Amino acid sequence: MACAIQVSDLTKSFGGLLAVDHIAFEVKRGEIFGFLGPNGAGKTTTQRMLTTVLKPTSGTIAIMGYDLRKAPFEAKMQMGVVPESANPYLDLTAWQNLMLMGQLYGLGKKRRRARAEALLAFFGLSDRSRSKTRGFSKGMKQRLILAMALIHRPRLLFLDEPTAGLDVQSARLIREHVVDLNGKGTTVFLTTHNIEEAEGLCDRVAIIDGGRIVAVDRPAALRAALRSAQSVEVVFDRGLDGLESLEALPHVTGVKKAGEGYRLHTDQPGEVACLVADLARAKKRKILRLNTLGPNLEDVFVCLTRKA
Amino acid sequence: MRFKWQVRFSLAIAKKDARIYYLKGPVLIFGLFFPLCLFGAFVFGRKISPTLLMPGLLGMTLFFISSSATPVIAPWEALNKTLERLVSTPASVSAIIAGDILAGFAYGILVSLVPLGVGLFAFGLTLVRPAVLILTLILSAVCFAGLGTLFSTLPTTIPSNIMLLSNLVRLPLLFISGVFMPLERMPGWGKALSVISPLTYTCDLARHALLGRGYFSISRGLVTLFVFAVAFVFSSIQIHKKTMSKRLA
Ligand SMILES: Nc1ncnc2c1ncn2[C@@H]1O[C@H](COP(=O)(O)OP(=O)(O)O)[C@@H](O)[C@H]1O
Ligand SMILES: [Mg+2]
Repeated sequence: MACAIQVSDLTKSFGGLLAVDHIAFEVKRGEIFGFLGPNGAGKTTTQRMLTTVLKPTSGTIAIMGYDLRKAPFEAKMQMGVVPESANPYLDLTAWQNLMLMGQLYGLGKKRRRARAEALLAFFGLSDRSRSKTRGFSKGMKQRLILAMALIHRPRLLFLDEPTAGLDVQSARLIREHVVDLNGKGTTVFLTTHNIEEAEGLCDRVAIIDGGRIVAVDRPAALRAALRSAQSVEVVFDRGLDGLESLEALPHVTGVKKAGEGYRLHTDQPGEVACLVADLARAKKRKILRLNTLGPNLEDVFVCLTRKA
Repeated sequence: MRFKWQVRFSLAIAKKDARIYYLKGPVLIFGLFFPLCLFGAFVFGRKISPTLLMPGLLGMTLFFISSSATPVIAPWEALNKTLERLVSTPASVSAIIAGDILAGFAYGILVSLVPLGVGLFAFGLTLVRPAVLILTLILSAVCFAGLGTLFSTLPTTIPSNIMLLSNLVRLPLLFISGVFMPLERMPGWGKALSVISPLTYTCDLARHALLGRGYFSISRGLVTLFVFAVAFVFSSIQIHKKTMSKRLA
């Protein structure tokens, strides 16, 4: 069976700027595939090419086995799209927005209505279905946009920063629904710069930076690949004056303020934990918490996207 | 089969356009208010029989209305961030533009029934050639709505820029199209220029249909309008295919 998405040698240049630089990857059916990278990395440009909105400068894309250039209609019928910072039509009601999308994917009237009702109920918008979306909060709009992308029950869902700037409830509802859909077999392509989101949701993650893919793997494997990025987290009863005393410890490669405590990067977490305890005694601080941590996806991300 | 789908998509898009764009301020001002004021300014205080002016008013209304919203739909969608999703649906660019044209067409015909009705029932105009009138309205509405989408090929996300461009073209066309003055009374250079304006043929054909006389032959008028309509629709679709994505920031 063909992959959900198969991309080879994909490139997009805007004038002189190479926004996407010869990337290749595959998304298997049934995965949640994360597309993670800093701002300006080329994530949105890639998603736009995958959803036929932008024409690639070179390269090929196959969606569910359909070549995007030769069979765009068939390919588009398979996908639901949530573009980056999109809006519903503000002068239409939630219901009218859903009906329009149903029509644009060729759904008959009965089906459109039944699905729209179910989606509105699921996303908690039923009681506002007849109001114009101009008055909706950002979270309500985004929930509606996801509902609009789902009305034709796509087998492949594209999401570009779907939870960026949302209230906690809306973001959580959207994440839960993505997981739920995935459980029912929908493949998800999730573009995000939110590392926790990628780590929490994705089966595999591609890390993109400067238009190039620097790694593709399961979050756990990416983490394991980076033994050097282990760390020690410590919380004292009172803060230290500055980070210098921690930075001066042997084996410590970097120190960051992390919440109420500090995070010390090192390749020797055991050793550093002892040194921190000595330091606390010397500085007359009590240790409230001391943990050694493996690398999280953020460390991998920072390491891989660090400018040389 | 595929074609039937795309026709349905066009209808859905036309319905959306009608719901959203035809009640927007700039569209109402430049589509309705503006031609009415022009007409008033021309007629007031003169001894011209309104009957003689009705074909011109009809043509001008159709012209302004059909081409009023179509130019701004694409930039408006880009500005409001609805364009990307629309382009990612199975509706082709041709279906999207055809839908926009269809909305302009329907709106133009609908509104121009008002001056037509006033002319027929209040000023005692007679419908000399109904078939010519129907064909003229249909061809002209497609032609003007198509002209509107041609303006919107300019890949900007600022609707007022396109409003500016469209009025820069539409207003001068009024003067060379024999709207208020029959072509035979225009100076030589005016006549020469008038042939490049589709509105010329609309007004001339409306005179044939309502007054029983015109400057060009009926067949020449209809064929020319048809050619203009096909050229505008075809070229705007071709250009939109290239520029649609340039609007996305
Ligand atoms: N339409 C465009 N025209 C010119 N440059 C663009 C366009 N879209 C994106 N870019 C540039 O391409 C690069 C990648 O952008 P984008 O794909 O939006 O990044 P991301 O989504 O990862 O933040 C950026 O440098 C951006 O400025
Ligand atoms: Mg982006």
